[in-house]
Amino acid sequence: MDPMEEIRQTFFMECEELLEAMEAGLLAMSDGDDDKETVNAVFRAVHSIKGGAGAFGLEALVRFAHTFETTMDEVRSDRLTPSEEVMTVLLRSGDALSDLFIASRDGTEIEDGANAELLGELEALIGGSDASDQAEEDEPDDFVPMTISFDLDDDDDDDGDEVEEDSDDAYYITFKPHATLYQRGNEAVHLLRALSELGECEITCITSDLPELSELDVESAHLVWQAKLKSGVNERTVREVFEFVEEDCDLTISTSAPIKTKKEEEPDYDTEDVVCEEAVSPETETETETETETDPVAEAQAEPAVNAEDSVADAPCTDEKPETKPVESAATAPAAPAAPAATKKAKETGSKATVRVDLDRVDRLINLVGELVINQAMLSEGIVDSEMIQDSAVATGLEEFKQLTREIQESVMAIRAQPVKSLFQRMSRIVREASAATEKSVTLVTDGEATEVDKTVVERLADPLTHMIRNAVDHGLESTEDRAKTDKDPRGTVRLTAAHRSGRVIIEVADDGAGINRERVKQIAIDKGLIPEDLDLTNSEIDNLLFMPGFSTAKEVSDLSGRGVGMDVVKRSIQALGGKISISSNPGQGSVFSISLPLTLAVLDGMVVNVAEQTVVLPLTAIVETLKPGESDIHDVCGDAATILIRGTFVPVIDVGNRLGYREPLSSLEDSVILLVETEDGAKAALAVDAILDQRQVVIKGLENNYGHVPGIAAATILGDGRIALILDPDAIVDSMSKLNLSIDNQIQKAG
Amino acid sequence: MIENENINTGDSRELVAFRVGDQEYCVDIMSVREIRGWTPATPLPHSPEFVRGVINLRGSVLPIVDLAGRLGLPSPEPSARHVIIVAQVNDQQVGLLVDAVSDILTIVDEKMQPTPDVASEQAKAFVRGVMAIEDRMIRFIDLERVLPPLRSEAA
Repeated sequence: MDPMEEIRQTFFMECEELLEAMEAGLLAMSDGDDDKETVNAVFRAVHSIKGGAGAFGLEALVRFAHTFETTMDEVRSDRLTPSEEVMTVLLRSGDALSDLFIASRDGTEIEDGANAELLGELEALIGGSDASDQAEEDEPDDFVPMTISFDLDDDDDDDGDEVEEDSDDAYYITFKPHATLYQRGNEAVHLLRALSELGECEITCITSDLPELSELDVESAHLVWQAKLKSGVNERTVREVFEFVEEDCDLTISTSAPIKTKKEEEPDYDTEDVVCEEAVSPETETETETETETDPVAEAQAEPAVNAEDSVADAPCTDEKPETKPVESAATAPAAPAAPAATKKAKETGSKATVRVDLDRVDRLINLVGELVINQAMLSEGIVDSEMIQDSAVATGLEEFKQLTREIQESVMAIRAQPVKSLFQRMSRIVREASAATEKSVTLVTDGEATEVDKTVVERLADPLTHMIRNAVDHGLESTEDRAKTDKDPRGTVRLTAAHRSGRVIIEVADDGAGINRERVKQIAIDKGLIPEDLDLTNSEIDNLLFMPGFSTAKEVSDLSGRGVGMDVVKRSIQALGGKISISSNPGQGSVFSISLPLTLAVLDGMVVNVAEQTVVLPLTAIVETLKPGESDIHDVCGDAATILIRGTFVPVIDVGNRLGYREPLSSLEDSVILLVETEDGAKAALAVDAILDQRQVVIKGLENNYGHVPGIAAATILGDGRIALILDPDAIVDSMSKLNLSIDNQIQKAG
Repeated sequence: MIENENINTGDSRELVAFRVGDQEYCVDIMSVREIRGWTPATPLPHSPEFVRGVINLRGSVLPIVDLAGRLGLPSPEPSARHVIIVAQVNDQQVGLLVDAVSDILTIVDEKMQPTPDVASEQAKAFVRGVMAIEDRMIRFIDLERVLPPLRSEAA
């Protein structure tokens, strides 16, 4: 990849995180969190996005972020109270910023006027300050490395006088870059040049912090610059020069001369070249020198430092940071809180260090661990086969090995796990938009955001969840007027919760609306020809009609839902993740959509069984109980449709061997073992298999890549003997039967 | 004609020749990943007759196509003497069950003749061309057509 493109990608990746942080902060603020740090976090996020966007010349993004940032600045300096109206605008701005970001990332066009209204509102909040023209001149130009040549007004000597006759339009700027400034690819000389372009500028380099050559750490920053700028521009403009490096330097701008700035002597340098050379960061300088010099490396490195020291040895120095007089101007606010904020941020990150790792590497590790698990199983079987004494050292060692493999596997899986927080945050935007579009006032309540799920699951949940949330607002909740008529709170509530439950993750979307209108649902299904008119359905069966393809309850296709994708798509995407979705609804009290998902897509706990001399695996989660049927338990319902009586209920029996086409139907279930499974919609079925072999964790291997989907089969796995076993999909197996039953039912009903 | 595109390029190519029943076939060596002995396969439900099942190829699932069955010849009962040719076509990896690998040939494209018209429909579908090597007829297989089509989620 082209290196620039790579940096771009990194920026976009960081941007996503920043947007998340921003969104989280804004939401906290609208929930009444008035912590300074929260406000600062939002400000920082917007600011960093702007900075990065500037570097890549994403003008639209920069322009919007700038106004947004200015507004946030007003908030954090307490000049703007984050009232509800203000927060609404801010939240919408957050959404707009995300849109702009996505447009920039994908290279799509956003019409110029798209955010004009919002910009107007933001500017109104700022109080008609000079935000708009600020935005205009916010063209960052100091990110392109270029050769150094600029004019400094060195002739302007009579510094002393200047201080005396200090006028309002002279700024004294002390600029002390941190090492991070250079690390992030910024360049002091560009900043100083930009500064000097603002007016008559005099820059002095202070080298008192420069250590002896022998102690010089070329990677750190030692130089401080003081500048006197005579210019008509306001302070904000001056500050903007340093905008993108604000967090990476100590910057003071004042209208009075800093203490000790009075020059005792004119600096030694005559030409701007020297200044320029110093301005270049130590690393860069060293590199160029090393290239040109043939001297030993040490010498070569020494060169620039010596130069610098020689030339400005006697330059005015200051050990302490010059004091700044508090300035009334609005623009000073950003710098002051930014510094503590930055340190706090550093502390936070320090306490919880993270590494950014290429996903491919993690996946490779996961694959290898999968192989390890298979190998361990093979070893176990080998030892059992060798008939070694049970409590021998090898057997005990193997038991520990087993334990360790499992632990390794769990830890590796945990690397891929991610909290659902980011996903939930995105949903709050969906609710905002949906409530605006439907003119219903809605509160989104989230719970269990810290619940962790596999990264892929989190990513692939976004679309179905979006759809479900929209549905909940659009179809689930009544209109505000209708709610007012009942004794409900006119403001509807959508609850989004996540929790771990017995090895799975349960995500629920609940609304407190009217519940499912079963009469209407059934009527629609009949009208659309999805079900025959005279079919008797239980409540839960009617609810599940919502998941049928081609079903949409909305009387008219609204702007929001009903874009051709229905709940059937939601169901399918959840199933593709190995999950289940179910509905429960109470008239007048609302509906709950509940998604149950596996924690990981890579392994599952399975029951290894034998069917027609084939070894197959059933997911343990689906199995309710296992039993050995007695002859009296089996009852045939006309002909060979066998059922089994389990605790007073007749459950249909499925001969798995026959269903998979391995053999003719069994004449007797006498030698079979029954696995009672429960499908996602709560239906129970009894799967007849030949024998239960083992219960163990298996690594899921897809069939899709080399072969494709096989009906009734979820995936494959590799057993201890190195052979492949198929993992059954109980839902699909039972499903194919209930469809059959439905058609039989119809025939019976029609016949009757 | 599709055949002509690849035949008349004038280049020479290397082919792996193998026996299926009493006939000889070949595929481009570039599409062969490895050759290995037969291991029992796990049958797949609802699969076509010629799909023998799947085997474990160092951790990935490899479907096995019984080439004899696919070409309309009597299917053998696979034994340890049989050979699986692991072939890669596009992104799909498939094992071909054959009787034995017989030869590696370098041949100029001109030597390949289009499938004679007398051939049956099946032959025309799967055989891209034929060539004569020392009085033997070696049939060049169109791998893409021999492989089972990737099944979609539709079922």
